[in-house]
Amino acid sequence: MDQRIKSDRYRVGFWSILCAIFTLAFLIITYLRFTRGLGAVTNLSDRFPWGLWIGFDLLCGVGLAAGAFTVTACVHLFNLKKFEPIVRPTILTGFLGYVFVVIALLLDLGQPWRIWHAIIYWNPHSVMFEVAWCVMLYTSVLALEFSPAVLERFGFHKISHLIHKLITPLVIIGVMLSTLHQSSLGSLYLIVPSKLHPLWYSQLLPLFFFTSAIGAGLGMVILESFLSGRAFGRHLEMDLLAPLGRPIVAVLGIYGLMRMQVIVRNGSYHDILNFTYEGRMFLLEFTIGVLAPVILLAIRKVRENPTGLVLGAFLAVMGFVVNRLNVSVTGMERAAGGHYVPSVMEVTVSVALVGIAMAVFALATRFLPIFPESKFTARKAKMPAPRLIPAEEGE
Amino acid sequence: MTVGLLYDSTKCVGCNACSEACKEQNKLPGAVEDHPTAYTYTVVEDHNGANVRKLCMHCLVPTCASVCPVGALRKTPEGPVVYDSEKCMGCRYCMMACPFDVPKYQWDRAVPIVGKCIMCYDRVKEGQSTACATACAYGATVFGERNNLIMDARERIRANPSGYVDAVYGIKEAGGTGVLMLSAVPFGALGLKTNLTDDPPPMRTWQVLSKLPDFVTVWGTSLYAIHWITSRRDEVAKNERGE
Repeated sequence: MDQRIKSDRYRVGFWSILCAIFTLAFLIITYLRFTRGLGAVTNLSDRFPWGLWIGFDLLCGVGLAAGAFTVTACVHLFNLKKFEPIVRPTILTGFLGYVFVVIALLLDLGQPWRIWHAIIYWNPHSVMFEVAWCVMLYTSVLALEFSPAVLERFGFHKISHLIHKLITPLVIIGVMLSTLHQSSLGSLYLIVPSKLHPLWYSQLLPLFFFTSAIGAGLGMVILESFLSGRAFGRHLEMDLLAPLGRPIVAVLGIYGLMRMQVIVRNGSYHDILNFTYEGRMFLLEFTIGVLAPVILLAIRKVRENPTGLVLGAFLAVMGFVVNRLNVSVTGMERAAGGHYVPSVMEVTVSVALVGIAMAVFALATRFLPIFPESKFTARKAKMPAPRLIPAEEGE
Repeated sequence: MTVGLLYDSTKCVGCNACSEACKEQNKLPGAVEDHPTAYTYTVVEDHNGANVRKLCMHCLVPTCASVCPVGALRKTPEGPVVYDSEKCMGCRYCMMACPFDVPKYQWDRAVPIVGKCIMCYDRVKEGQSTACATACAYGATVFGERNNLIMDARERIRANPSGYVDAVYGIKEAGGTGVLMLSAVPFGALGLKTNLTDDPPPMRTWQVLSKLPDFVTVWGTSLYAIHWITSRRDEVAKNERGE
């Protein structure tokens, strides 16, 4: 093991130190939160019972994991086998995204040690009940879908083979759970017709959350391929990733049209024309999250250019994040009669969790057969590998 | 039979005897605060000279009970909406969803629970009146059967049309509430919500949730069908190439 790390020339760089600082801060905040209460570390209040940890960690963590079910469906159900090489990294992203969500929930719940109550006390009328079950089941499915990478690494080829055989039902269950889960996060907000601003409230919220998650999830697939490609010192697999630009255009295009239709129908476009606070936030979200990526990625030359593709994907992901924060925070502010700005400690926790997830991803790509180039993908995992990581990127 | 409370803003002097009685009944710590919190379930607020009592409205179809994933909030057959702190895991969806912003949280505690008026369910079960209605010396809050309270409220408006807004708050708001209110000024001026839907909010999520079993069946079958077709096509193509 030691020798392998040396051969990778693992170096303590800027990013590892930053990640370590945030992890330490995260642990301290966790301690404060469980000794002094939520009020001591967050800006949550009776007016804003849900803040950044729900709006960003939960809504975005789940949404950005949507690449996993989209890509597995493409490969295992639609038989688009050429996407096979990106299946493992997207499943890993999805799994880490869900673990990230669960950790954030454990901090956000008032009494997280009672999280198992959702298993024994049922209320099928509650969207939160559906959300809880989807988180539990889909995290397990993702773990199973990812397990072959770990099992192969440690030589459990028989069990890995068994999971390979079960992959079709696993993928079908995964796609169903994802459909339910992505849409249910939108359904959470169906209950507040008198509170959520009409720029975001619609009976179609479940559909909006589902479609926008597919767009942003595919954007994440491109982004993570770019980031890990840089770490591995290889070029983007443009022949694989550029074709993902087209479904993003289609999905976000349809999503954008549906949003426009709702806004025209319910008259909330007045807020856009009058440039109110909500109108401005909507414009920001819609421009970077829908208009810009759709236009950019619709142009063949931009889509087939690595910089253009990554930029389009990045905008789609950022716009998605702004949308989820708009639904959970901006759109609720007028009804609450005030503004919510997350506390430094809330932001620190979210940043730390993102950093930890990225560090785990980076470590996993180094020590597990995830990318085709990985030295562990070969059957005999002990082949001497050339140095894959440029020294300055080794984080 | 559904019981409720009728609060008449024009009779209320703002003495907060109801809040004090409530604190004693529910053993809530601290003094009465100027707005409802997890430790002050009810309080009289002054809105430009007009008094209004803030408390749980005890909806006929309560949003909080519908959204609670563990069923910690429950509508009792008698009418009060009660809370079981032993079940609650603190997701706070009830606070986010309540159309009247009633449930409050113990933000300062390491082991927090929700605080909310439960219409003195233990007293009501025994046929007694609530602590607040018993404490009110001015008849501003009266306890009774909801239907009788509505008739009583309409009678008061009929007897003194110039003294009241010609409406009873709570008859249709969010599908109707157990607590009813009368006022001399428009309800909006009292800080009461006036943009509520007439249909109970839980119907909106139930429209989606009730379709889930059908959706799972159809979607699962379709996905399997797609898989079957694509892999069959591959198989055929392979065989043709092989021959």
